[in-house]
Amino acid sequence: MVEIHAYLCKNCGYCVKFCPKQILEIGTQRNRHGHFYPHLTDAGACISCAICASMCPEGAIELPEKGDA
Amino acid sequence: MGEKRFMKGNEAIAEAAVRAGCRFFAGYPITPQNEIPEYLSRRLPEVGGAYVQGESEVASVNMVYGAAAMGTRSMTSSSGPGISLKAEGISYLAAAMLPAVIVNISRGGPGLGSIQPAQSDYLQATKALGHGGFHAMVFAPNSAQEAADIMYAAWDYAERDRNPVLVLMDGCLGNIMEAVDLPPMREIKPEDAPEWSLSRRNGRDYQGNITPIYTEPILEGINAMAGEMYKAWEEDDVKVEEFMVEDAEYIIVAYGIASRVSKEAVLNLREKGFKVGLIRPITLYPFPKKSIRNLDYDRVKGIIDIEMTIPAQMREDIELQVMGRCPVYEYGRSGGCLLDDDGVYDAIYEIITGGDR
Amino acid sequence: MAVYKRPELIADAPSGYCPGCLHSLATKLVAEAIEELGQADNALNVISVGCSALNILYWSGDFLSVAHGRAPAAATGIKRTNPERLVFAYQGDGDLAAIGLAEIMSAANRGENFTVVFANNQTYGMTGGQMAPTTLIGQKTTTTVYGRDPQTTGYPMKMCELISTLEAPVYVARFALNSPKGVNDARKGLKKAFRLQMEGKGFTFIELLTNCPTNWKMTPLQTLEYMNTNTIPYFKPGVYKDKEAQA
Repeated sequence: MVEIHAYLCKNCGYCVKFCPKQILEIGTQRNRHGHFYPHLTDAGACISCAICASMCPEGAIELPEKGDA
Repeated sequence: MGEKRFMKGNEAIAEAAVRAGCRFFAGYPITPQNEIPEYLSRRLPEVGGAYVQGESEVASVNMVYGAAAMGTRSMTSSSGPGISLKAEGISYLAAAMLPAVIVNISRGGPGLGSIQPAQSDYLQATKALGHGGFHAMVFAPNSAQEAADIMYAAWDYAERDRNPVLVLMDGCLGNIMEAVDLPPMREIKPEDAPEWSLSRRNGRDYQGNITPIYTEPILEGINAMAGEMYKAWEEDDVKVEEFMVEDAEYIIVAYGIASRVSKEAVLNLREKGFKVGLIRPITLYPFPKKSIRNLDYDRVKGIIDIEMTIPAQMREDIELQVMGRCPVYEYGRSGGCLLDDDGVYDAIYEIITGGDR
Repeated sequence: MAVYKRPELIADAPSGYCPGCLHSLATKLVAEAIEELGQADNALNVISVGCSALNILYWSGDFLSVAHGRAPAAATGIKRTNPERLVFAYQGDGDLAAIGLAEIMSAANRGENFTVVFANNQTYGMTGGQMAPTTLIGQKTTTTVYGRDPQTTGYPMKMCELISTLEAPVYVARFALNSPKGVNDARKGLKKAFRLQMEGKGFTFIELLTNCPTNWKMTPLQTLEYMNTNTIPYFKPGVYKDKEAQA
């Protein structure tokens, strides 16, 4: 399951671009550094492929354990 | 414990380094210091050390930077043109507070200059070994024996201060052969690696990091700490030989090879009844200021700076201590032309008497 | 067990890199590869000059910061005296392919048993986007405002190709970090290079094609596309030398 560490995000958009299910989008909240950051639009659709985490330059996304989907 | 050997000054430096615990050398060929890398290329592997012939002086000094960061006693050697190239790395050693020993077996300059011996690197050694306004202790031995003794102690200073140490000796002393009483082999174990080093052989289990770059307030603090260290050297670490100075009316100041020729001249002039003495800085930095500042200028009529370079480079350091209380003269040879007994004798005689011998 | 865990060799804080900079992704990949090999405590990062020096505040493992271009020389001194350590130099293109050309080629030629990670973003990022030895023909920089002209500035240096002509190196490969596949391949390549080093096999070289949104004056996503259409056709990803595979 995707866990997004908002404080690390710099809003590059790579996770959104490469999510094969297209279930990530940049939100309207800013983190403490002033960056907008992503959230899951449909958590149930996540296949835990970890591409978002792998592509994140800042390591702002983790997948602590395997999801059910 | 000691062991007497007949060897070149350069070889004495190399062997004493190994006995002091040096286990890493990187260098690049340049005359007149080649005996040092040649000797260490075969000697270091015998004691479990590493020798690397670098692709340049720039690379070599940075190899030393890497090895020194691991807490390994490390050194490099070169001559003037190569020391210029090493200036970058020496400045980084000082910035990163890494101990290492740099040997300059000097030759004529500027530029490619001459491969023959000269003392043309005094200003570089004592004032500007690299950018950024730092100093290293500068030792100037005047015999193979003293070179060996200084090398044996050099890392103790370098590690105490976490700062590079320079040994400055001209090509004459590097290549003449003399009897040397070698010091005993010092065993330095891997677990002795300094606490600040990046070695993990000493049991360190937390992050180790060494850097030559700092944020502004930290760098200012480091600059100030270095300033305090230089002052402490002046109090504690000055080495100087004073020879027949007590009643001397004329004082020669000379280091390295020039001091040997000058001592001969002092003895010969004393035989003729001239009251001449010699002050020989062994540390060029810290400079033996007090030896010159505290002379009795009611007695001393002149100071004569003798160096194997033209114009004299140590003169300003001398004048700063004389403070106009007597004339300062200079005599030298340069460009690879050697000082000789007659030339030095005649020069001093002329200065003292105002006429020819 | 976690599917993806952030490596501990990078600080629990944002990197110093600009948004979308693949330097930070490269650093993260290096950390992942080292941790997967169980070498986190044994690894020593030789940090060069340029944007790579931002890792001084980001790398949580042992590191030595060195002079511009000299990382392979410093790494030589480290590895020759401490052969048990996992040693790698992390260098950018100006550092490695211009001022440090002698050091990288000589270390590779000596077959020094360490790894060089080469982040190639075709510009001097830290100093504000000047022309680098790897800047593409026609690419605009602050010192080639009309685009790089080979008549006066020569051609982009292909370091993998150059280094693979040497006898000693054991593994030389280039990966592009602008796609999930490229990133996966890079992670595997880094792991292989570090493993070969720990097996004492010799010099390994990993080139990572990266970007510079700030100085290319593009959004992060635009840089990924620019890499597809411009960088990758010139700097072709692939394994240029693999002595293990040849054996």
